[in-house]
Amino acid sequence: MAQIFKPNANAIIRVSIITGILLIIGIILTMVAIYRSTYYTEVGVAKAQSVPFSHKHHVSELKIDCRYCHATVERAAFAGIPTTDTCMSCHSQIWLNSPLLETVRESYRTGEPVQWSRIYDLPDFVYFNHSIHVNKGVGCNVCHGQVDQMQLVSQAQPLYMGWCLDCHRNPEQYVRPREEVFNMEWAPPENQLEMGRRLVQEYEIKVENLSDCYICHR
Amino acid sequence: MAKMQEPRHHRSFSITRLIRYGWVALSLLLVACHVDMYDQPRYEPYEYSAFFADGRSSRPPIPNTVAVGQFQDDPHFLTGMIDDQFATTLPFPLTADVMERGRQQYNAFCMSCHGLVGDGDGLIAQRGPLVVTSFHSERLRNVEVGYIFDVITNGLGRMYSHAARIPPEDRWAITAYVRALQLSQDATLDDLSPEERERLVGTESEEQ
Repeated sequence: MAQIFKPNANAIIRVSIITGILLIIGIILTMVAIYRSTYYTEVGVAKAQSVPFSHKHHVSELKIDCRYCHATVERAAFAGIPTTDTCMSCHSQIWLNSPLLETVRESYRTGEPVQWSRIYDLPDFVYFNHSIHVNKGVGCNVCHGQVDQMQLVSQAQPLYMGWCLDCHRNPEQYVRPREEVFNMEWAPPENQLEMGRRLVQEYEIKVENLSDCYICHR
Repeated sequence: MAKMQEPRHHRSFSITRLIRYGWVALSLLLVACHVDMYDQPRYEPYEYSAFFADGRSSRPPIPNTVAVGQFQDDPHFLTGMIDDQFATTLPFPLTADVMERGRQQYNAFCMSCHGLVGDGDGLIAQRGPLVVTSFHSERLRNVEVGYIFDVITNGLGRMYSHAARIPPEDRWAITAYVRALQLSQDATLDDLSPEERERLVGTESEEQ
């Protein structure tokens, strides 16, 4: 009877096993790299918008408050995208003939909404409410970054669950006085921990429930 | 002959095995292809909809729609008018909290044009060809609070209505704060209590 395995079979098996293991490790590493890359998280990747609206100009140079446009942020889950009426309350007076604003003027004439590209898009199985965060002293720039320095807005955080939990488990490291929530220049002071613990008590932040599953997955 | 048969037998053996165990590799490839939990069949606020002709999933409400449980039958609170006359009082008691809320909302919605103290010299007004009304005129110091509320609600001249963005209770808080600004800019030293005057003079001498 002829031999089933040829003399080089051992070498072939060894090479196959090693290649297989390397392949699996390679696939895992590639997946991790993709998962953490800006291609997947879109952190810092500015999106084109139908109107090239500059937050830097309006927030940093004109000092317009976040709430002027995102008006429902204090009382609703959704912060709110400004109506064309809001844009036109100024732009019916200034930059009347700017071609950059033609989309806005057309929307005002026709009643058709301006279409914006969404930047922050949580998975649908995550419940998020802006008003509770704003009212408990979580500042805009904690999640949205230095929007006042962005021409076109990009995502500032990857929105991993671990990142959410980091604050939900240790809110005292992040909360600030309510009146500083909309201050884009606010940075944690030296006594953040001490102040944070006081604010967690004062704002009745229920730390013991904050990392329960149902808080975000409901 | 035997030599020819042997490799054929070997090949068919590996093909059978490939078919038998191939699904393991195939199922690994199918992992993470499902995004239906990430993108569930419901609309997020303002999401685009292919169903409606105008692409809006958030349907514009019929004019004069009132949301369930939000009906308010108080013309004073909603319009600033009592029997077609501008109201001279707030529809609720004025407290320090109301005034603080008014200050915050004023700084968010009004300051850009009207300025920090209502001089009409906000950053927008300074840039543009706009002339923004100052609150510190004889006429505006004497108008009813209902008039101020009405202007915020319905707009006036080149100022648009702010009713869609600021709820009525906040518009009243802003009204109270505008009145406070008017009083503060029209105050004389005699209006201050002795303690306040001492504090003011004290800080001035410290600064000098």
